[in-house]
This record gives sequence, structure tokens and C-alpha cells, in this order.
Amino acid sequence: MIVAEVKPMAEIQDTIKKYSKVLISGCGSCVTVCLSGGAQQVEVLASSLRTAAKSQGQQLEVGQETQLRQCDPMFIEQIRDKAAGYEAILSMGCGAGVQTMAETLGNIPVYPALDTVFFGGADGQGGFMETCAACGQCILSRTGGICPVARCAKSLTDGPCGGAQAGNCEVSKDTRCAWQLIYVRLVRLGQVHLLKETTPPKARRVHPARLNRAE
Amino acid sequence: MGFREAVESGRFLITAEVGPGKGTDMHELLEDAEAIKDRIHAINVTDLQSSVMRLGSLAVSHILADKGIEPIYQLTCRDRNRLALQSDLLSAWVLGVKNVLALTGDHPVLGDHPEAMPVFDCDSVSLLQMMQTLNGGHDMAGNELKGVPDFFPGAVVNPGADAGAGLEMQLIKLEKKIEAGARFIQTQGVFELDSFEKFMKRVEGFHVPIMGGIIMLKSAGMAKFMNKNVAGISVPESQIKAMAETEDKARTSVEIASHLVKGMKDMCQGVHIMAIGWEKKIPMVLDKAGI
Repeated sequence: MIVAEVKPMAEIQDTIKKYSKVLISGCGSCVTVCLSGGAQQVEVLASSLRTAAKSQGQQLEVGQETQLRQCDPMFIEQIRDKAAGYEAILSMGCGAGVQTMAETLGNIPVYPALDTVFFGGADGQGGFMETCAACGQCILSRTGGICPVARCAKSLTDGPCGGAQAGNCEVSKDTRCAWQLIYVRLVRLGQVHLLKETTPPKARRVHPARLNRAE
Repeated sequence: MGFREAVESGRFLITAEVGPGKGTDMHELLEDAEAIKDRIHAINVTDLQSSVMRLGSLAVSHILADKGIEPIYQLTCRDRNRLALQSDLLSAWVLGVKNVLALTGDHPVLGDHPEAMPVFDCDSVSLLQMMQTLNGGHDMAGNELKGVPDFFPGAVVNPGADAGAGLEMQLIKLEKKIEAGARFIQTQGVFELDSFEKFMKRVEGFHVPIMGGIIMLKSAGMAKFMNKNVAGISVPESQIKAMAETEDKARTSVEIASHLVKGMKDMCQGVHIMAIGWEKKIPMVLDKAGI
């Protein structure tokens, strides 16, 4: 899933300070799962903004709504009429959601309330961790299902650097060296021989990527 | 005798290391290099060591070469994509720099510009392959070169990597580096001869000269700091104590280093002495070790 986190309150307030009527729009997909931009977080942000405005003597009307998927124009179309009643939209979708909303609604400004940080999954301890870099050339079949592109600080694909200490990354002692994890997994799978293969430097993906579906 | 000839003749190899500073002042660095040039085969020039922005290794390597002091140009993958790496290599060749040490490089977040973009388009293995390709008259894309270099590439290994997975992967990667054309290997700093001897047993049959890394201790504090923060470094308690109790730190440091050089003479094919500002003491280390 796409993982995002709510921007600092001061930054959000600064972004919308010139407006008196703002619609906060949540997204029911990834950012709901990672507890950043679903209906619940829309509710929290709306009441925080209302309280802050009130205490500062500002006029601010805050609307709320949440779509199933902000990254699909089909869903954005459904709020077109509602959105028309506001001066600006504060999106609690990921970066893709903000852009789809801005593109679809056209003449109403859409601002991000989240910072989109990575692709990943639940870490089993209530948090989330980056596990995929969307590099476009998956090598997980050779690395025991653990991605060094996303999980090694240097994205090394030919084995570890010399910087790991006690199995942890040189960049952060709280992060296991991805290659340490890969080695242990490959031992369990009886595939350590895969480490001896040399991986040529990847062809770097050209942004923006597209995926066309022919009928 | 040049470094390459020394390697190929099977001599016991001796290299040292200088680190360009922050700014354009090379006075001390050149003085240090001059002071040791007759006792060593080549001098490594570090490439923004510890990811701290400094004067570049290529310029300093070139200046040393011009002065008749043979450089080993350290080149990391941290700051350059494959275009810049290949171009810098060709530049090095026309500037008289022939020995290149291929390194992954520290992460920028560890240095003084932690917000910088980490590049790592290639790694140490593909950088070695790149030199092989250039030596063969082509670039990585297969285009023909007009004027072909003949680099003498080297690589590094960390014998003190975590026992188990860490060390096993270091050895697998070392084999890949050798296959990719590394002709000499310098190690991370070694402080214990017993464990280094065990490591050397593991690389028997790799058929590439291994040069044991020796870091000159400056103080007990430095040793403790390295033990805690530098991967693969473990300074034994006896050396920390000796540095703490001595009245002459330089003399004790020279004694420790020369003991290591002496021990390595029969274990490996050379030594790489990282004096970190005490370059002028290297001749004393070698004298004491009987080299």
C-alpha cells in the first residue's frame, strides 16, 4: 500500500489561512489502512482546524467527505457539486489522490494535508515499513523475497556494503541490514548460491511511467 | 618500482593513505606524501571519506602523480551515476592516474551534508566491471573508445564483519570483485593478528594479493569510538589500555602498528597503513617492523 503521514498542523494551517470555507477530503484506500487519511482522520483534522480557527478568532467553515479511491476520477466526479461550494480542498489522499482530485475538479485549488512517504506494508507492531521501491524490474526471486532496492539504504543489489554492525544498517541501528535478512532467508530456502550471481546495474526508470490497458 | 609492477612481482606491498581536506590547502597533505614516498609503493587518496565534502580525490591523485608519487585513486559510487563514473575514470587516465580503488562509499546521511541525494547507480562490483570494460576499449553501453585506458583496479574487504552472515557475504562479494577484475585487495583496519590469520585462511586460493589494513591509534578514546561506531573494527582491550596509560601516545601507536606489520609479513601480501595525520610516523613503523 501507499503509506503517508499527516503534515504538521502549522503547515496545514498556513496552507489554508486565506480561505474561510474548506472541504477536507479523505480517501478510503491505502491511507485509511495506514491510519493517515481515512474518514476518522478527516474528522480529527476538521475538528482541530475548527478549534484552532475559533481560538484565533478566524472565520472558518470546514466540510468533510471521504471517497473510496481519490486516485480515480470516477469517484471524484461524485463530489463535484459538493466541492463547488468551497473555496479550497484539503486532500487527505496520497500524492496521487491530490493530483487526480486537482485534475478532475480543475478550477478549485486542492492542497495536500499528507506527506506521502513510501510503499510498504504493516510491520506487525502497529507500524508500517517501506518494502517496495516500484523500480519496475523486480528481483525478489533472487533475494529471498526481501527487496534490497527498497530496504538497503544504498539500494545495493550485489550484496552488502561493509558498513553493517551487529547485523544493523550503518545508517540506523534500528534498521536490520537488508542483506543480513536476505542471507538468513536464503539459507532457510537453500538458495545461498544466488548470492554469487552478479546483478548488472538496473536500467533506471524514466518518470512518469504509464501503464496502458488495451481492451 | 611502480605499484602495479610491485604487485605483479609478488613483493610485500606497502601503501599508505592521505585524506584531502575541506578547502584548497594541500600543504600538509603534500608534505606528508613527500615524507613517506620512498618507503611505500603507492598512496591511496580518499574520496570524500565519511561522506564529508572535501577537495576531490581525482585532483589530488593527479597532483601526486605529477610529483612522481604514485596514487591509488579511491572512487566511490555514492556521488556519481554511470556517466560520471566512466567520465571521471577516463579523466583520471589522461591525468596520469592508473590505480583505482573501487568502493561503494558511505551513505551521505553519515556526513556533513546529510540531505544530499545518495546516487549508488552502480556498486563496487559493477564499478570494477566498468573498468574492465573501459580497459577493453568500450564503454558500458558498448560504444567504442578512441584511446583506451589500462587501469589497475583494486577493491576492499572487511575481515572484521559480523561473524556468520556478515563475513560470509563479505567473502562472496570479494569473490565477485575479483571476478570483476580486482587485482589487489586492501582490508578494513585490523588490530588482532589471530582473527586476521583465520580470515586469511578463508581467502586462500583467491589468488589476489591481500593487504592488511592498519589504522594508527591516536588515543584510547579513538579506539573506543571506533569499536563502537566503525563496522568491523575491534581494538583489543590491551591496546586501549596501552594507549590510555602511555606517556608517549605516538611511540605506543608506532609500537602497536609495527607489531601488526611484523605479524602480517608472513600472513598476507602487504599492508595498507592508515595513519590519519601521522603519516610522517610511517617510516618509524616500517623500521621497527624490519621493512
